[in-house]
Amino acid sequence: MKSLAELAAIREKMKDKIVLREGGENTRIVVGMATCGIAAGARPVLNAFVEGVDREDLNGKVVVSQTGCIGLCQYEPIVEICEPGKEKVTYVKMTVEKAEKVLKEHIKGGKIVEEYTITSAQKA
Amino acid sequence: MIRSHVLVCGGTGCTSSGSPKIQAAFQSEIEKLGLAEEVKVVQTGCFGLCALGPVVIVYPDGTFYSNVTVDDVAEIASEHLLKGRIVERLVYNDTGAAEAKEGAEEAHASLNDTTFYKAQHRLALRNCGVINPENIEEYIAMDGYAALGKVLTEMTPDDVIQTILDSGLRGRGGAGFPTGMKWKFASGNRGNVQKYVCCNADEGDPGAFMDRSILEGDPHALIEAMAIAGYAIGANQGYVYVRAEYPIAVNRLQIAIDQAKEYGLLGKDIFGSGFDFDLGIRLGAGAFVCGEETALMTSIEGKRGEPRPRPPFPAVKGLFERPTVLNNVETYANIPQIILHGADWFASMGTEKSKGTKVFALGGKIKNTGLVEVPMGTTLRQIIEEIGGGIPNGKKFKAAQTGGPSGGCIPAHLIDTPIDYDNLLEIGSMMGSGGLIVMDEDNCMVDIARFFLDFTVDESCGKCTPCRVGTKRLLEILDKIISGNGELEDLDRLEELSNYIKSASLCGLGQTAPNPVLSTLRYFRDEYVAHIVDKKCPAGVCKKLVRFSIDADKCIGCGMCAKQCPASAIARTDYVAPGHKLASFAIDSKKCVKCGACLPTCKFKAISKQ
Repeated sequence: MKSLAELAAIREKMKDKIVLREGGENTRIVVGMATCGIAAGARPVLNAFVEGVDREDLNGKVVVSQTGCIGLCQYEPIVEICEPGKEKVTYVKMTVEKAEKVLKEHIKGGKIVEEYTITSAQKA
Repeated sequence: MIRSHVLVCGGTGCTSSGSPKIQAAFQSEIEKLGLAEEVKVVQTGCFGLCALGPVVIVYPDGTFYSNVTVDDVAEIASEHLLKGRIVERLVYNDTGAAEAKEGAEEAHASLNDTTFYKAQHRLALRNCGVINPENIEEYIAMDGYAALGKVLTEMTPDDVIQTILDSGLRGRGGAGFPTGMKWKFASGNRGNVQKYVCCNADEGDPGAFMDRSILEGDPHALIEAMAIAGYAIGANQGYVYVRAEYPIAVNRLQIAIDQAKEYGLLGKDIFGSGFDFDLGIRLGAGAFVCGEETALMTSIEGKRGEPRPRPPFPAVKGLFERPTVLNNVETYANIPQIILHGADWFASMGTEKSKGTKVFALGGKIKNTGLVEVPMGTTLRQIIEEIGGGIPNGKKFKAAQTGGPSGGCIPAHLIDTPIDYDNLLEIGSMMGSGGLIVMDEDNCMVDIARFFLDFTVDESCGKCTPCRVGTKRLLEILDKIISGNGELEDLDRLEELSNYIKSASLCGLGQTAPNPVLSTLRYFRDEYVAHIVDKKCPAGVCKKLVRFSIDADKCIGCGMCAKQCPASAIARTDYVAPGHKLASFAIDSKKCVKCGACLPTCKFKAISKQ
């Protein structure tokens, strides 16, 4: 180790990799991954979020996590976005493309994608 | 892209209850489920809740699984890791966390919400159970080696010493000597004299394992701190003296040293500053006296581990007769934090004269056996009742023993004493390295004193007479008391002899060896008197004073007790109690070995223990 810059480079590189282990006030993307969710295609959705978070450099700010069946199997894959201090938003019948849009508009842009939420689905 | 980390505890406690197999099982299950690209299995150091091991934490949720077996792994993998359904039956159950999360949407306890962790303040243990100790980059990600970088590029050696002085850090090995003072004494004549930095990892107190856990969970913190100490006093060689009975700790420390060398964080010209520092491990063979500083250094020199008189102190003439700084593992673990966050930050925690935090190894009659770290000044009640979860089986708290064979007992009426160095000394105990053994009403205090004395008699190195002969005589008096032959004058003899041993012994071992006797005499004199005058052991522990007997009028003559007795000490008599059909049984006290095996066999409560 010849310089502090070298140390800082390793620190930055590794920080993203262990930030998962710090709890705290993060935005959480929760993907329903019970049998019904998986059958309806939750895995690609989950992977799309995980990869998207990394690509958009949101590690440490956004956590992608899973949950079980919440009892609305006909709407799977279901994704919930929990932001600290805000109402939970539930998106239904998700796909990889929808995930990309939610990531871009909701997570990054702060604007809820109304057309995918459970409220619009139930109205329709 | 990794979305989840499965942390498996690899501390000694969990390793012996099977965590390596669990880790391997997770790896294979994850591969079987095709999740190898998404889920990473990490071996970490001790989480602290050793009583519930093996423990596994799944992030990002922070779900805390306890008592995991290999058979549970497939379920956790397919349910939690694949489907995201927490395996409730394995989640650590904690009433405090259950209340805290009431109304919250998550139906499981996250690690930091449990009462065991909530009241803790983890400084020395901050990376234990969080990072993989065998991966230097994970340590660097947690700001590792940044303190060394700061010291070498921005601070003079005197600045470093001043910071440690200002922080108020005192030695965590037991005596509580100000660390900064030690460094200052050894700092003269830098660059012209060969000096050494040593670490005392010869953790010998029965029941204490905080140093082991730091070595196993965060070995780089020690390496970084020793390099900082080297820079401060002008030494470029360090030795870690660790007992050979800690194989996992030794192995991880060696891996860490090798990695630090590979990354240039040990060796020549660290950070281009011109400062060189090298580190080696020296193994001790497990002699308790080698935890004493002069004996430890004599042992590193390759000689028989015996103490020598001080002065000269190690800061003047230490290892190989050169100026040496010797600190304990936990003391070192605080150093990088103090450098990074500043002396004021550290001094803001704790009490007036004891700053920062202290790690305790909780053991004995307590629910959550394990490792806890709390700010100095936390009361014993908080540690035992809140963090430790209280005494199991509804028993009553009687006393806590701190400081191991060198320490003393804290009785129940002092449970609200804030724990720091000075308070403990005042009430006749000492901090010691931080073993905290909890005792309930079933513990006999005379027996406890005898236990620790038996240990020091074994471990006395024999070099000086007060310790070698004195402790032996003390033990003989105690043996006399617990076998029912004591006289009241023995109590005065115990006190007189204890004071001689304390004032005349060569090293800390002898000087503190009578403490368990003196402190139990001070707070539990009535128990000694009961042994001597009434020939009874109130707790029913001292076998020679315990008598088992059968109430002939209650005995129905079933003979269950006689079947169970390993010494054939129970036989039928001729006496048939009024209203009974069979003759009753009686215990022959000459044959009875006082094992108590008969007690639970009697459904009629005819057997009593006195």
